[in-house]
Amino acid sequence: MIHLFESLNHYYVYDVYSGALHMPDEQAYRVLSLYKEHNNEDEIIKALEGEHTIHDIKQTISEIETLIDENLLYSSMDYDDIKLLQTGRIKAMCLHVAHDCNLRCKYCFASKGAFGGKRTLMSVDVGKKALDFLIRNSGDAKTLEVDFFGGEPLMNFDVVKEITYYGRELEKTHKKEFRFTLTTNAYDMDDTIIEFLNEEIYNVVISIDGREDVHDFMRPDNSGKGSQSTILKNAKKFAEKRGDKSYYIRGTYTKNNLDFAEDVKYLADQGFEQLSIEPVVADKSMSYALNNNDLDTIKKEYEKLAKWYYDYRKKKFVNFFHFMINLEEGPCLIKRLSGCGAGFEYVAVTPEGDVYPCHQYVGNEEMILATIADAHINKKMAEEFAANHVINKQQCKDCWAQFWCGGGCGANAYKFNGDISIPYAMECDMLKTRLECAMAVYALEKGDND
Amino acid sequence: MKHFKTITKDCLNKEGGCGICQSSCQSACKTSCTVANQECAKKVQ
Repeated sequence: MIHLFESLNHYYVYDVYSGALHMPDEQAYRVLSLYKEHNNEDEIIKALEGEHTIHDIKQTISEIETLIDENLLYSSMDYDDIKLLQTGRIKAMCLHVAHDCNLRCKYCFASKGAFGGKRTLMSVDVGKKALDFLIRNSGDAKTLEVDFFGGEPLMNFDVVKEITYYGRELEKTHKKEFRFTLTTNAYDMDDTIIEFLNEEIYNVVISIDGREDVHDFMRPDNSGKGSQSTILKNAKKFAEKRGDKSYYIRGTYTKNNLDFAEDVKYLADQGFEQLSIEPVVADKSMSYALNNNDLDTIKKEYEKLAKWYYDYRKKKFVNFFHFMINLEEGPCLIKRLSGCGAGFEYVAVTPEGDVYPCHQYVGNEEMILATIADAHINKKMAEEFAANHVINKQQCKDCWAQFWCGGGCGANAYKFNGDISIPYAMECDMLKTRLECAMAVYALEKGDND
Repeated sequence: MKHFKTITKDCLNKEGGCGICQSSCQSACKTSCTVANQECAKKVQ
């Protein structure tokens, strides 16, 4: 299978099963578009007669056949050779230390912090038991990832600290390594917190949507006041002190800012170097929800963003999460095909100690996978999640992007299609556009550096 | 080649499965699944 596309004023062909990426010239692009359909030299020559010389067309076909012989075009794959990840090794946990928030974001999938329930904070005891649960179910995994999440986790900062220090003790006794991350709105981030984050937290994700009016419209504080100016000030201070450690400024775009490239540019202009912006996940009935009619605009906006990104990076360093792509040192096929890990490798734990397959299912009690106090995990549910991988989804197996998306977000599939195994088509479309942009930027930057 | 410039060759490694790389949802997104931007942690080490 191949995928032909145009991006940033160039042509590309991506060979799906080898992962090879080529830049054909305009003529080769045209020949390749006909090659599969006609697969006959005379017919291709006839179709392109008058546009290109017969000699040139024959030479192009000969080059295509050389690439095929080298398994760099129309290569094949035997999925039976790949042994995918199984249940029995939980290595990542989203720890909901606060089901409460100091903001009242209109699009919050966590029901403005409370996940449809009471506003609660996790106790130290539950937090410690959650880490014990993770250790107990981690099998041979050496590195364990724990994300402090909410609501707003910094509303429970003392507990975050205590859980982290408990994790450091467990590392010594169990020969495991905890990699702590934290997702925050940074509204109440002071110097003490920044110091702790820079000392202990491997990656910090700070939510800012971009331009002040865009951000403040969707992300007011709990008194209805805009939050951007406070957050921006705190985030800048944090980023300045962060040094080489990892962080992301993560925004959400909605129907209200389909010109979201401007928000990414705005954040880069504020001096942030690690940026991400995600499409809102919202019920179609909401006024700010994205729908299929927005797709053309969204695709054009990603292309605009890619053009800006490529030019900007010639002068100044910046990373955009979805345009970072590694075409040489990327993950193995097992990782690529096994899905996101929700429910069998990755779980979310609530302040009450209920364990869900991931943070997006929290509040839906039918989806409780276990409790931290109990040794029992709903094995059937974990196996269903583990089986929700690319190879079991024909729609994914027929898609050129199958090795880059892990089969899509199962929670979004469940939310929009009522079934974790039916990918949410709009998400797929957006991912494919981002991927084309990412490949184009990669190819152009590689050309500049060669 | 005159008409094709190859940017990268085979990048899909069938070996692996050690699981030391980050879970995709623990990174920056939290609402989408992507492995495109991840690295093989073992190779990076």
